[in-house]
Amino acid sequence: MPVARAAKIEVSFTLNGAPVTVRALPMARLLDVLREDLRLTGTKEGCGEGECGACSVFLNGRLVTSCLVPIMQAEGARVETIEGVADQPDVVPIREAFVACNGSQCGICTPGMILATTALLRARPNPAETEVREALAGNLCRCTGYVKIFEAVARAAEARRGAAGGVR
Amino acid sequence: MSDDLRVIGKPLLKVDARAKVIGATRFADDLAFPRMAFARLLRSPHAHALVKSIDVSKALALEGVYAVVTGEEFPVPFGILPVSEDEHALCRDKVRFVGDPVAAVAARDEWIAEEAANAIAVTYEPLPSILSIEQAVAKPEPRIHDYADEGNLHRKLSMEFGDVERGFAEADHVREDFFFYEGNTHLPMEQHCAVAVPDPDGKVAIYSSTQTPHYLHKAAAKVLGMPPSHVRVIATPNGGGFGGKSDPFNHEIVVAKLALLTGRPVKITLNREEVFYCHRGRHPVLMWVRTGVKKDGAITGMHFRSFLDGGAYGSYGVASTYYTGALQTVTYKVKNYRFEGVRAFTNKPPCGPKRGHGTPQPRTLLEVHLDKLAEELALDPIDMRLAHLVEPNSVTANYLSVGSIGLRQCIERVRDESGWRERFRKLPRGRGLGFAASSYLSGAGLPIYWNSMPHSGVQLKLDRGGGVTCFCGSTEIGQGSDSVLAYVVAEVLGIDPFDIRVVTADTDLTPVDLGSYSSRVTLMTGNAALQAAGRARELLVEAVGAKLGVPKGRLGLAGRRVFDTEKPEVGLSFAEAVQCAESKFGTLGTVGSYTPPPSKAKYRGGGVGPSPAYSYSAMVAEVECDPETGWVTVPRIWIAHDCGRALNPLLVIGQVEGSVYMGLGEVLMEAQVFRNNLGVHRQPSLLEYKSPTTLETPDIKTYLIEDPDPNGPYGAKEAGQGPLLPVMPAVLNAVYDALGVRVDEVPLNPQRVLEALRRKADGKPGRVGPTAIPRVVYPDPIRVPTPWEGGDGRAVAGEPRKSQIPSQARARNPITKG
Repeated sequence: MPVARAAKIEVSFTLNGAPVTVRALPMARLLDVLREDLRLTGTKEGCGEGECGACSVFLNGRLVTSCLVPIMQAEGARVETIEGVADQPDVVPIREAFVACNGSQCGICTPGMILATTALLRARPNPAETEVREALAGNLCRCTGYVKIFEAVARAAEARRGAAGGVR
Repeated sequence: MSDDLRVIGKPLLKVDARAKVIGATRFADDLAFPRMAFARLLRSPHAHALVKSIDVSKALALEGVYAVVTGEEFPVPFGILPVSEDEHALCRDKVRFVGDPVAAVAARDEWIAEEAANAIAVTYEPLPSILSIEQAVAKPEPRIHDYADEGNLHRKLSMEFGDVERGFAEADHVREDFFFYEGNTHLPMEQHCAVAVPDPDGKVAIYSSTQTPHYLHKAAAKVLGMPPSHVRVIATPNGGGFGGKSDPFNHEIVVAKLALLTGRPVKITLNREEVFYCHRGRHPVLMWVRTGVKKDGAITGMHFRSFLDGGAYGSYGVASTYYTGALQTVTYKVKNYRFEGVRAFTNKPPCGPKRGHGTPQPRTLLEVHLDKLAEELALDPIDMRLAHLVEPNSVTANYLSVGSIGLRQCIERVRDESGWRERFRKLPRGRGLGFAASSYLSGAGLPIYWNSMPHSGVQLKLDRGGGVTCFCGSTEIGQGSDSVLAYVVAEVLGIDPFDIRVVTADTDLTPVDLGSYSSRVTLMTGNAALQAAGRARELLVEAVGAKLGVPKGRLGLAGRRVFDTEKPEVGLSFAEAVQCAESKFGTLGTVGSYTPPPSKAKYRGGGVGPSPAYSYSAMVAEVECDPETGWVTVPRIWIAHDCGRALNPLLVIGQVEGSVYMGLGEVLMEAQVFRNNLGVHRQPSLLEYKSPTTLETPDIKTYLIEDPDPNGPYGAKEAGQGPLLPVMPAVLNAVYDALGVRVDEVPLNPQRVLEALRRKADGKPGRVGPTAIPRVVYPDPIRVPTPWEGGDGRAVAGEPRKSQIPSQARARNPITKG
């Protein structure tokens, strides 16, 4: 049977803190469901093969590329997207640092960059530059040459450390 | 310029940055409309074949399929240049590369559209394919296009400024070199997307990730057979362009047709593989140069030949070909100059304009060639260049008018910052320094299609609440064009950039701007915005002066106030000033526009190269090379860029760093290559097409040199493309300093480095790269006496015959484009 004729299945998960249930084709990717069914378009598709990081989301708190997550894998999981993450108190300094440092040009990779930076700084609040490079190596940006992104991460780390008492 | 500027020159935030960091920017693929259908294209599996028949019945029979279209529906050709309108929205009689679209489907969802596209049966009759420059020269048949100058040679150019043989006779030393620059692609992170929305009254709107909504507007109206007033094009913010979204594309026109046929909004988003087929990227170029120099390095004559592998369609290719010969003259004085260029058609995705458009390839050869010449003359390569820089406010051999030129400061800065004097030719084996300099246009001096109208227009609407809306056709592709408009208007009117709503790139709402290409936007929209804002300011001071009884010349605008500069406490708020002016003059709106100054180049082909202003860059690259593995890394870059004036230094540095990054990708790894004899792309995916990541990013030291140009707004010149140009040659020259071998080929991969080392170890020349160019009979050159020979920019001989192109596709004037 052609894929387009497959029966839809019901999948339930927690999205940005609220429960959702969707009916999706079984071969749909978490990325498709977020963008097409739930209309959360901050998560981007750049390659469809897990190479560029534009579709990054948190799945049970772990950074994943949602183009490589079959929707069934989201069943019962905790999913967080840029729309849910951007206003979290420890993420605000990150996104503001990207604004202040011109760490975003066209902006298509930026939600993924913000999430990857969030994952890094939650694990390593004071990362060395090599750690920053390694943590962001799976997020491709064609505009910035990454330099302003490194500056944004350093600035964000400093701001978060300054605010750490009130944030975590 | 006075130092009391409050907005210009400050590292302010971009007006659209907040939306981007929270994922709220609406790119084309983020749009959704009620009843929206999804389209897919069926693409050719053959590099070159006749289309004998197409059977769409199985696709149409599928449940959920709304419409299927083929080339039958698209009899009218299009193409970005009037001289090469050789594309159809869907192929009609033949396909010319693997990926050329032949049919399209609109369906309820993408899955069904894909299934239906695959159910279309196409019968092909394969033809022999032409897959390289050498093959195109050797095999005039079968012809990929009937209108080529000769066989499969799309265009052959020949022009001579002065007398190059006399130049060689005057020289103390003559050297020639060969180089091959492999093609590569833009790789914007956003996959192209277009959404067409029909109106009940038969009109259609196309939302698209295009850099050139005006040209898409023209092409779509023509192909759809509709008046332009019934077609609206809205360029969504581009998720990266780099030149790759500057052509009108098949998919944009196809979704418009499908929307009109089905009465539904129709969206198409290309997958990453398809983006590689759209291409329009860097032409592979084989080159040869011969230069005669005096003992001090003064260039008495230069003869340059380029061979471009154009791919299957014209695209910007004729302009690209001219560009491979245009800017050799604007950095160092060239007394006599001859250029011959050939662009071949091949059965591969069409090449076009990528960042630097046609100039990175010749610049790479030129700067490597000068490095070799300097060594032969026993001169320091930097000192040799410094001795022969083009003078400010001068005219080159090919009649390009250079205004400001900050190249000397750029060169001296990177020389000193990099420790060149102490370290060049003195580092241990495996480490090296290399230098290169370059120049680029701040916008093409002539439009793509002949007209005498402005290149950029701005309208301002002043609101009683104190807000200002700025309408402009320019397209935000991440470079900050919306912000530039806001900064200029805010500076003139004394308000905050965030008080300004910028509405751009909508052919129904905004005055024409030609598009985000040729590094034209800051200079041209900036000037148009300056004029519109200046006129608005005039209305405000006229009204406020009358109300306050203060001479208008004494009024200042700053801090959201209009006030008496001699008694600053006397004044009105900006909102009150607008109300005052609206009471006096009626509804407030002003316009501004910009047209580049006339060019001195009056010969055929002289439309390519002129610009209102030229930016300059200089770079030193430091490399580390492993002689065992051939692996090259670039730990440090020093780059100085003459941008005239930085309207926002933060954004200018961002453009410079991004250019350096993209150039490093080109010199170290990126290559768009195909399987021999099949024309099948070797790596149409991000996994396989290698581009630099955070791990390869060097320490980039950027220095902005501000030598304001009278033609730029507040003196500004371009920054988005020029800084890419010196990267490749600086790295290649550094590899020579490190290992003593020459890789005269881009990309510089470890195999090539090892091969050069092996040859050197065998006692042969330590070099890899081409050693010959194809034999081509060139047309008689267009002969143009140089300014120093008393020329007036006109040719004295050799204006060639018209090429045999279909009558509907014939140009009205010489080809132009940036």
